[in-house]
Formats: sequence, structure tokens, C-alpha cells
Amino acid sequence: MTPFINRRRLLLGAAAMVSGCKVFDDATALDSSLRSIFASAGALTEGSQRLIGGAHSLAPEYQPGDIRQGQRPNGSVNPDSAEYLALARQDFSPYALKVTGLVDRPLSIPLHQLRAMPARSQITRHDCVEGWSCIAKWTGVPLSLVLAEARPKPAARYAVFHCHDAIEKSLSGLITYYESIALADATHPQTILAYGLNDAPLPIANGAPLRLRVERQLGYKMAKYIHTIELTDSLAPYGRGRGSYWADRGYEWYAGI
Amino acid sequence: MVGKARRKGALIYRQTRVTRITHWVWAISLFFLLLTGLQIFNAHPSLHIGKESGFDYDNAILEIGAQKTDAGLIGVTRLFGVSFDTTGVLGVSGDDVQAIPAAFTIPSSRNLATGRVIHFFFAWVLVGTLALWLLGAILSGHLRALIPTGRDLAALPRDLADHARLRFHHRAGYNVLQKLAYAGVLFGLFPLIILTGLCMSPAVNAAAPWLLDLFGGRQTARTLHFAAMLGLVGFFLVHMAMILAAGPLNELRSIVTGWYRTDPEETKE
Repeated sequence: MTPFINRRRLLLGAAAMVSGCKVFDDATALDSSLRSIFASAGALTEGSQRLIGGAHSLAPEYQPGDIRQGQRPNGSVNPDSAEYLALARQDFSPYALKVTGLVDRPLSIPLHQLRAMPARSQITRHDCVEGWSCIAKWTGVPLSLVLAEARPKPAARYAVFHCHDAIEKSLSGLITYYESIALADATHPQTILAYGLNDAPLPIANGAPLRLRVERQLGYKMAKYIHTIELTDSLAPYGRGRGSYWADRGYEWYAGI
Repeated sequence: MVGKARRKGALIYRQTRVTRITHWVWAISLFFLLLTGLQIFNAHPSLHIGKESGFDYDNAILEIGAQKTDAGLIGVTRLFGVSFDTTGVLGVSGDDVQAIPAAFTIPSSRNLATGRVIHFFFAWVLVGTLALWLLGAILSGHLRALIPTGRDLAALPRDLADHARLRFHHRAGYNVLQKLAYAGVLFGLFPLIILTGLCMSPAVNAAAPWLLDLFGGRQTARTLHFAAMLGLVGFFLVHMAMILAAGPLNELRSIVTGWYRTDPEETKE
């Protein structure tokens, strides 16, 4: 009969309460089995959110009157690699976005050419994983147009964004930011490579010259200071293999909540 | 005279297996959701009203932070524009500079990523068992036991007076205050905390923009999520006090084994 099971549940719960919260600190290790149990719910979250949202649902867009402040910058705000500083000194005029990997036509698109492509502007809300939100107007070229020019191979599943900024230094050198999204999100109509913010050129603090907007996910997915987009069928070769700088550090790769 | 042994009422089977199991699963889930929720809150310990968080303007109703003074760091909590020194509890506690003290967060150190992973796991457990319970409650007729009848509401003043005097009746059914409290949690606070939680998801915002409008924007939803948490903590404290006052062994037995001893006069007929 069940009373025994229930008593055990009760005791477990009581033990958890009296022994404090440090017991669960095991779950902070990314490879712990306790964490993998908890993290298994992530697949359920991604699956159900993709199911209810489908490929085409649009993130809410706001009115100009909803822009009440500048876009709060976060993450790195001032990349200091020699290459980036040289670009910044020339107002990014020599900049060209590279598109490589599983594509039929690898590209190198100068910034002025990206700006000449059909543009999309959207007033959207940026949600940081920390909990805050900020509304701003983003202008850029839809990523789908750029990818269409590069002609992805059928095997391509992810777009990986390689960035100029390094958040930390390790013994083997700088760890540069990278991020990746599913190809389905890369071709979403609101997914743009933004070069404009609130009707002005994108400032350095917000990711100049080019940053990603993926409006149905959290802020950390929206890589700044992008220099290369690489299409791939596997995320294993990059960083620690979890698909992004923050995913390598325990955050969910899919950031829909 | 054989002695003054109190007459005992009948033992009745009061709680079904589904009710008992879901009760304990919820208890464990809410424990984790609360402590990981406070961990997540610590990443941005302020609550705002509106679509976004004001940085260049003020739409915060609660802010917890630390300030440097000549006497060292102090914890400052600003609630509805009024600041309080909360050193030792909120903002600064022991050697830690964090809004909610480490003793009330999982993990105990600052770790937003892990807090989120555990939070969403138990959010699924809560939603899953709530669905299971609702199905069971509808099928067993338990749902009706939770909804106050006209007769219940008429008895409300007397029931309030009885509770105030700590005079409890142990009947097979719930009294009206119990019904209101349990229904308030199951049909009020649980849906509120689940829906406002979903409202913080940009993916759910795209799929169901009406939900965002219903709660007045993402930051208002976040504030309501916090308020619903306070409501559940309040329920827990009253729930514990009532169990202690009404006879903890009998109450505990009913939610563990299902069997509950009623008062003799309640089972006479």
C-alpha cells in the first residue's frame, strides 16, 4: 500500500528542509548526474514551446512611444582586440561579414552592401536572462536573405556566430564569444542582423557593427560584434561543445524562457 | 465509572491516494521553486510595473541593494519609494552582498544558470501533477468538496469566530475557511503563478501575446509572479499554524494515510 511511499516522500522533504540548501550544490557541476536529471526538463520546454509557437509566430512589436530609454548594454561593451579596434577606428568601413561552413557559396559581404540590402525595422523587447527588459528599435537585414545568398547545404542544421569580444581570459588565451541558433530560428522573419539602434548606427556598447536579434529568445542568444556566420550540422567542435559561450557555462542552449 | 477516557469519533477515509501523493509532490516542488526562484530574483533584485524595467526612469516598486557608507556596506530595501536599512537580512547578510541571503537560495552560492535549470524542472513537476490532480478531482467528485456552498457561506461568520477561538470541528468535509483557502491556492494562486511565469517567456509571448496583455506586460507579470509567491508563503504559514492548532497527528495521518478521526458528535447519526 501507499502509506509507506508517502511517508518516505515526507521524510525526504523534511530532510531537505532541515539540512539547508547546500545539499543541492552538487547540481552546479555541469556533468553531475543530479544536474542532468534537472536539465532533462529543458527538452520538454523547447519541444512544447516550438510546438505552441510554431515556426512563424511573431514576438510582440511595440509603438515608438514605448521607447522610453536607451537600450541597456550588457555582456561585453568594449571589445579590445587589435583587429576590432582597427575596424572601430575607421568607423567599421573595412568591415565585411563572412558566411562560411555548409554553404554552396561562401560569402564576404561588406558592411555598406549589408546596409543596401532590404532592411527590416522592429520595435521589440530585449529580455535579459537576469530578469530585466528594455524596449528599443532595431534595424537590420533579415538573416534569411543573407543565408539565401550563401545557399545553405541540406546538411546544415545550425548557424554559429563568431564574435570579436572576449569575456574572459584562460591559460590558452582569450575565450571569444560565440553563439548558435537552429536554422529554423535563423530564417524566422524577425531574425535580423542589426546595424541600427533607435534610428542611429548601432553603438559599440550594443554590438557594432553587426549583432543578432532572435526575438523569441533571451538576450544572451543575440550575439554582438559578429565577424563570421558558420553553418554546421554539429555544435560539438565549438567551445566546450554545448553550442554557445553561456551554454558552455550552464545556461540553456535554447533560451525561450 | 470506568474513567474519563474521551469518546473517540469514527476514523474515516478522508483523502484519496491522488490527493495525498499530489499534496506531497507539490510540497516538495514548491520548496524548490521558492528557493531557486529567490536565486533567480537575486540576479536582478527589483520589481517593476509595466512592459520594461526603467533604468533611465523609475517604475520600480521594490529594489534591494547594497550601499557604501562610512560604517561599511549596508543593505537597503526600497519599497514603494520608502527606503529601509535591512543590513543582515536583505542586501547585505554576513559576508555576502546579495539581495536574498544564501540560506534561502538554491544553490547556496550565486548561480543563476543552475537556479533556472532546477526551477524549470519543478515548474514542470508542479504543472504535471496539477493536471493529474484536476483530472482525479473531477473524476472522484473531490472538486465539489472544495467549492463553498451557499450553506457554507452562511456559516462563514460562525466559522470565523470558531477559528478565532481555536475551536476546531473535525468533520468528514472541509469547513468553509478551509474550502476558501484551498480553492484560493488551487484555482487562484497556482494558475496565477504558472501563467505569470509563462508570461516571462519570450517564446510564449510570441505564441500567446494576449497573455502578456492580460497581465499588463512582462515586468508587471514578473512582479505578480513574485506577489503570488508571497501569497503561497503566507498560505504555508497559516496552513502550518492551523495543523498545529487543530491536532497535528490526526491532520498529518490524514494526508499521509488518508485516515482521519472525526469528532464524536460529528459522526453520531
